[in-house]
Amino acid sequence: MTSAADDTGLPRVKLDYLPALLVPGLMIVAAPLIGSGSTWATLTVAGLAMGMMIFIIASGLTLVFGLMDVLNFGHGAFISIGAYLALIVVVPLAPWFAADSLPLNLAGLLLAILVAMAGSGALGYAFERVLIMPVYGQHLKQILITMGGLIVAEQMIHVVWGAQQVAMPLPTAFRGAITFGDIAVEKYRLIAVCIGLVVFGAMFLVLNRTKIGLLIRAGVENGEMVEALGYRIRRLFVGVFVAGSALAGLGGVMWAFYRETLTANIGGEVMIMVFIVIIIGGLGSVGGCFLGALLVALTANYTAFLAPKVALGSNILLMVLVLMWRPMGLYPVAKR
Amino acid sequence: MLRTLLSDDLPKSRVLSVLLLVVFVGLAVAPFAFPGAQAINTAARICVFIVLVASYDLLLGYTGIVSFAHTMFYGIGAYGVGLSLFALGGGWGAIGLGLLVALVVGVALAFAIGLFSLRVRAIFYAMITLAVASAFAILASQLSEITGGEDGRSFRVPEILRPGFRLFAEPVLGLDISGRVVTYYLVFLAALALFLMMLRVVNSPFGRVLQAIRENDFRAEALGYRTVYYRTAANCLAAAVAVLAGCLNALWLRYTGPAVTLSLEIMLDILLMVVIGGMGTLYGAVIGATLFILAQNYLQKLMGAASAATKGIPLLPQLLHPDRWLLWLGVLFVLSVYFFPTGIVGRLRRKA
Repeated sequence: MTSAADDTGLPRVKLDYLPALLVPGLMIVAAPLIGSGSTWATLTVAGLAMGMMIFIIASGLTLVFGLMDVLNFGHGAFISIGAYLALIVVVPLAPWFAADSLPLNLAGLLLAILVAMAGSGALGYAFERVLIMPVYGQHLKQILITMGGLIVAEQMIHVVWGAQQVAMPLPTAFRGAITFGDIAVEKYRLIAVCIGLVVFGAMFLVLNRTKIGLLIRAGVENGEMVEALGYRIRRLFVGVFVAGSALAGLGGVMWAFYRETLTANIGGEVMIMVFIVIIIGGLGSVGGCFLGALLVALTANYTAFLAPKVALGSNILLMVLVLMWRPMGLYPVAKR
Repeated sequence: MLRTLLSDDLPKSRVLSVLLLVVFVGLAVAPFAFPGAQAINTAARICVFIVLVASYDLLLGYTGIVSFAHTMFYGIGAYGVGLSLFALGGGWGAIGLGLLVALVVGVALAFAIGLFSLRVRAIFYAMITLAVASAFAILASQLSEITGGEDGRSFRVPEILRPGFRLFAEPVLGLDISGRVVTYYLVFLAALALFLMMLRVVNSPFGRVLQAIRENDFRAEALGYRTVYYRTAANCLAAAVAVLAGCLNALWLRYTGPAVTLSLEIMLDILLMVVIGGMGTLYGAVIGATLFILAQNYLQKLMGAASAATKGIPLLPQLLHPDRWLLWLGVLFVLSVYFFPTGIVGRLRRKA
């Protein structure tokens, strides 16, 4: 993988594989500490599932930041709104979810996800046009405005759906666990891992195999140059923002089913982890975000088992360690 | 005299002067003028929050740093005094010890966070403080043997500050001078002193450098000021004042717990107060905190009435429900960031 120039003339980019080794490294280090193999496997799968959900939520945020330098503190609102929009499907189609049949349950889940993604994507468009567009390039105002948007959005959820907790029961076929020997894996977590992998794969393909993906990656690296070449980076940005909001909505649905209850501040709870993830990943890098999400979720799960009192502190510790090793995150983006 | 006290930073607007005077006199005579437990509670809360919001303005308005860890320092102050009084009984020594420990811990933490992350950009700092503060809040509720967990700790205060205590045998101006009134004046005077001290700081050469950093940190650095030092110093100073505000709050409530000190809601409240009142001027903190807390306590009643009056119209009663007051302040917040970024005080000063 060294920089041997090939026929087309451009030197190949050196592949930086060290951060990718962190995830298996962490798993291996944790194994002797936990001791029992089956517990370790259960914790690992659970951690991977949680990591996938966090990745789904965080990926949009990191791209939005990378592309336009906009950090959306209101991202959490799309998580909550996505989860609540899923209720539009979950409540009238309750028999579908209660039925013990995998196809019916899956169809219901997919429908809920589609509604949530469409709704939170549309809201993301409005949010971008109304709130963020007037303050391009002004960091302080962006932070304040998106915080204000978060407050208003959370309160509007209370207005529309009421302030009380809503139950969001897991579809019947996803309940329980599959056991391999003495390793128990919850079914829903498997589904979360699958959906996460699909999203990661789709994103990877779009970013690396399409023209739009090329433009997005180029925009993250050097937006001015992309504009100078005649592409409208703002239009691209709106698209990425909408996609990111839709993904947050998807993550919200997954997270709400995972917790089985729904409150308006569900987004705020996840956002802390999401911020840690994108800082670890290197603010703008999708690959870094993916690794960061897995690292954070695995660390959280392992420490929750080994030393439950310090579970949340462990994420901060992980962030400090990563930043001491690479001050700009695992995969720093060139312009920063 | 007044000029010296206000460090030459006069309100510079007639309306603003009147408003500030009303707030000052109102707070100074609150126990006499507005009888009842709710009124004096509101007044004490306003005093504490003026200090807290002013110290946050030192960061946000004067230095241009967005921190979400301000409630953490507030909480360190409240927990320092509270836990010390809880463990050692209600004496002045316990208050002093708690105060000292809280100040040392708070400033050291602010210093560490500052050194670690103030070199990088505003957004980075905002995210890191958010993460650290939430970890601290979790820690405080998890270590329940020490902190009392979610329930917090109630504790005894020194004799003279207790409600049962009477300073004079006879009522003064028709009011029994109980320990509560003594505590109120302790809080009020401490808040006043801290506010004047901060006014002094922001109008000193040090304060000017902070404003220069806010306007253009690159140029400030080029002029020979090490921006990292100044930012870190501002961060530590703001943290120390927030710790003191936390102590005052603990003394007033005789209770400390995560919900009243560490929660993210309080952080958002502070943010709203600074922005609505006016960033970059400490008078903004006075106006913002007073308006916000009055709204919190009295707007809800008004909205309840409005909600009842609009019964039958779809959605409107829910929008006007008393619990939705934050919605309207949130909308006001967004509008004020766009249309009057200098807040109420900036508006008033420009008109003058």
